[in-house]
Amino acid sequence: MIRVCQEDFDVGALITELQSRDSSCGAVVSFVGLVRDINQGEAVSGLTLEHYPGMTQKSLEAICTRAKARFEVPHIDVVHRVGSLALNEQIVFVGVAARHREKAFLACEYVMDHLKSEAPFWKKEQRQEGELWLAQNDKDTLALARWGESE
Amino acid sequence: MISVLFFGRLRDLLKCERLELHHRDLTCLADVRAALVQREQSWEEFLQSKQTLGAVNQSMADEYTPVNDGDEVAFFPPVTGG
Repeated sequence: MIRVCQEDFDVGALITELQSRDSSCGAVVSFVGLVRDINQGEAVSGLTLEHYPGMTQKSLEAICTRAKARFEVPHIDVVHRVGSLALNEQIVFVGVAARHREKAFLACEYVMDHLKSEAPFWKKEQRQEGELWLAQNDKDTLALARWGESE
Repeated sequence: MISVLFFGRLRDLLKCERLELHHRDLTCLADVRAALVQREQSWEEFLQSKQTLGAVNQSMADEYTPVNDGDEVAFFPPVTGG
């Protein structure tokens, strides 16, 4: 299940649904990304997430399809919010159900690393001096390298 | 016609969200960039930047990706979601 939406999501409900989907799965791993109060040493009071509506769903589906094939995990759910978000609000959920935990952890990290470099979302932060579009983080670019793909 | 969309910081810099280009003489993504710069010289530094990514019909594209009549082309900065 891939969902891009404005409204908040219930992590508990998402995990419960994932746990009950397939009795061959012995592991569920999840990640939740939140709006943080400091970025690059600057105080942040909130952010706006813009996306390319026609492309986000397609892009997230492509990432999940690759992750499922590479790590042989049957279920990956992604929820990503757009619009205005306040501090501490949830931005993204990735949940993976797999037979064993090792591949569930790997698939979850793979999806997040690729979401951050491929999926067409852009963050604009509210800082004291005004609004600022975020530039891509070097750490995120480096995180991709470990998957050994040439993209 | 080809629809061209701009997103994020790039849209703010160009002060343009969307425009239409005649398909004539445009065969690949690089041609679309060139046609936009020809139309609006001040866009060159933003559109010809290696930082500016392109998509054709909602899939990531490179400079050689073909474009055809009716296609949707988009340009945007590196993505920052998650």
